[in-house]
Amino acid sequence: MRLRNAVRTSAFRLTFLYAVVFAASVLVLLAFLYWRTIALIDRQAHDTIEAEVRGLAEQYEQRGLPGLVELVRQRALVGNGDHVYLLTTPSLLPLAGNLERWPDEKATNGWLSLTLSKMDEGRMTPHPIEARSFLLPGGFHLLVGRDVHERGKFRLIVLEAFAWSLAATLALGMIGGLLLSRRVLGRVEQVAATARRIMAGDLTQRLPRDRSGDEFDRLAAILNGMLDRIERLMGGMRLATDSLAHDLRSPLTRLKARVELALLQRPDAERDRRALGDVLEQADSALLLFESLLKIAMAESGASATELKPLDLAALTRDAAELYEPLAEDNGIILRVAADHPAMIRGQGELLAQSIANLLDNAVKYTPAGGVIDVSVTAHGQEQVTLSIADNGPGIGAADRQRVLERFVRLEESRSTPGSGLGLSLVDAVARLHGAGLSLDDGNPGLRVTLVFPYAVGEAAAPPTTGRSLSPPPTAEIALRPLTEAVGESPRTPG
Amino acid sequence: MRVLIIEDDDETAEYLAKGLSESGHLADRAATGTDGLAMALSGTYDVMVVDRMLPGMDGLSLVRVLREEAVSTPVLILSALGQVTDRVRGLKAGGDDYLVKPFAFSELLARLEALDRRAIVATKTVTRLQLADLELDLLARTVVRAGRRIDLQPREFSILEYLLRHAGQVVTRTMLLEAVWDYHFDPQTNVIDVHISRLRGKIDKGFSPPLLHTVRNAGYTLRAPS
Repeated sequence: MRLRNAVRTSAFRLTFLYAVVFAASVLVLLAFLYWRTIALIDRQAHDTIEAEVRGLAEQYEQRGLPGLVELVRQRALVGNGDHVYLLTTPSLLPLAGNLERWPDEKATNGWLSLTLSKMDEGRMTPHPIEARSFLLPGGFHLLVGRDVHERGKFRLIVLEAFAWSLAATLALGMIGGLLLSRRVLGRVEQVAATARRIMAGDLTQRLPRDRSGDEFDRLAAILNGMLDRIERLMGGMRLATDSLAHDLRSPLTRLKARVELALLQRPDAERDRRALGDVLEQADSALLLFESLLKIAMAESGASATELKPLDLAALTRDAAELYEPLAEDNGIILRVAADHPAMIRGQGELLAQSIANLLDNAVKYTPAGGVIDVSVTAHGQEQVTLSIADNGPGIGAADRQRVLERFVRLEESRSTPGSGLGLSLVDAVARLHGAGLSLDDGNPGLRVTLVFPYAVGEAAAPPTTGRSLSPPPTAEIALRPLTEAVGESPRTPG
Repeated sequence: MRVLIIEDDDETAEYLAKGLSESGHLADRAATGTDGLAMALSGTYDVMVVDRMLPGMDGLSLVRVLREEAVSTPVLILSALGQVTDRVRGLKAGGDDYLVKPFAFSELLARLEALDRRAIVATKTVTRLQLADLELDLLARTVVRAGRRIDLQPREFSILEYLLRHAGQVVTRTMLLEAVWDYHFDPQTNVIDVHISRLRGKIDKGFSPPLLHTVRNAGYTLRAPS
């Protein structure tokens, strides 16, 4: 079973493929080697025979037939059976040489191969002979040949060696593949085992890393990061649901109490109407809580991440500031806005508008009369866009500045003022969604909230999706179908 | 006005119909998309309330078909889906307004009255709006009351313009926020109220009769006493 699994892995298949390719290359190399060695030897043998034949032919021309006969006889005697000579008459009658008769085999291009039986180590074995036949002037036939038995043996040895090499290559390749794949399988099995434990409920598990920097290690690092995020989100959700349960209890309990009280008492139209009004308020308050939480959850999960469009943060901020200006004035607060130059970022208009509104709302809520709120949007070159809202109210203590971004956190100081504690959580989630840095700093005095967005380079100024006035030639469509424009269907000239 | 309610949830439909008739309007109901479409095509309604999730034929398809059949009755789409993309889809399908559930009845009522076909026809292409002695010149962006020029900031002008276009109707805070700022969220504090009181200070203070009224638990309205 394990072997089957091993064979199925990509690692094995790849190694096998490589082994085959490598073996094929080795084969080519060996074939080349073979050609160079064996073939060379063959050619050399042929060349020697050829040379001898020609030499003999020359001798024939110089010394005539008797001379040649003498030469052939001598050579046939000297030869040790490896050399074969035969000189015949035109009618193939042997004149000299160590061959009995002219071979039956036909010659191709003057070359022929024949077999002779010889005594070899006490047994008669067939030996192959390579011979050259030559027609001398006068019609005489000359045959010169060599025993290539040894050469044949040599060739076999070489071929055998090559075959073993090939087999070894393949075998080693397969073994290597098996070993490699086992190692790979081991890593995969590690991941699978950890994943199984995680699925069983233990979110604290992490994949083991060997810091080798290879693909598996990198994958483990990424997966661990993912698990961290999931654990954080689950933790956040747990916290949120706990807080939600806790915070929703209040309005719902009050609602219940109100209703029970009204039911206990004698029916009184006036009083009952008031009770119903209260109940409605509480219900609304609970619903609002849900809405806010849902929005934060959506922003955090990055559900709208794909809808970031280029927009002018300065224009958006001016619009939001205009909304809060009268309220600030009523509270005796000076609201200063410095956002005159376009500052392009990629963002989701609605979420950004709400975040800025939340921040302004907080600023107005917590700045005493006579205070100042400074809002500014600045583009720094083509790198970043900074949005800053600073007030000179009581500010937030250093210890609380991180805590205050969590859901439902309301500091002691603000217990008496209305609020759900979700405003800053939304800003935090939206900042993350936009890849923006959020920081809360001491305003000395007061609080300064800063958001740093990456600049959107090369984007044409798209029509602001939020905040437009009803100005230019108003037709009924604009005023009575506000929502059509609201979603930025067609560009309108800025008011 | 005659309202067609296409909503499959019986309780909601009942609640809407009752509320509307108590406000002096006539309401017809349909519980499926196909029924609703048939009624919409055959009857003459001033405004329609269409729920997005309907059996038979979903709300958006219904509206699309209506528009293809050249029925221009204003439609307010009701839905539990409140994301920007959902709203866009609703309006692109041919809806005129989009309200997310749960909603306050007063909100729905105000929006329906604003969509009323007759009201739209009345204010198609105008360059001037008028109520009693209050005049708005939309081209010159000037406001005059009783012959006196009033200086308004651009936003104040926009708010007044919206109120004037819906003169006599209830305008909710949400409607103003959407129309003038294009915001679809609810800022927790009563920011709009402060804008209104400022506006009132400029156009009503020192003049008679008062035109800008607060409608309890609903919103505001610009109205001349009859």
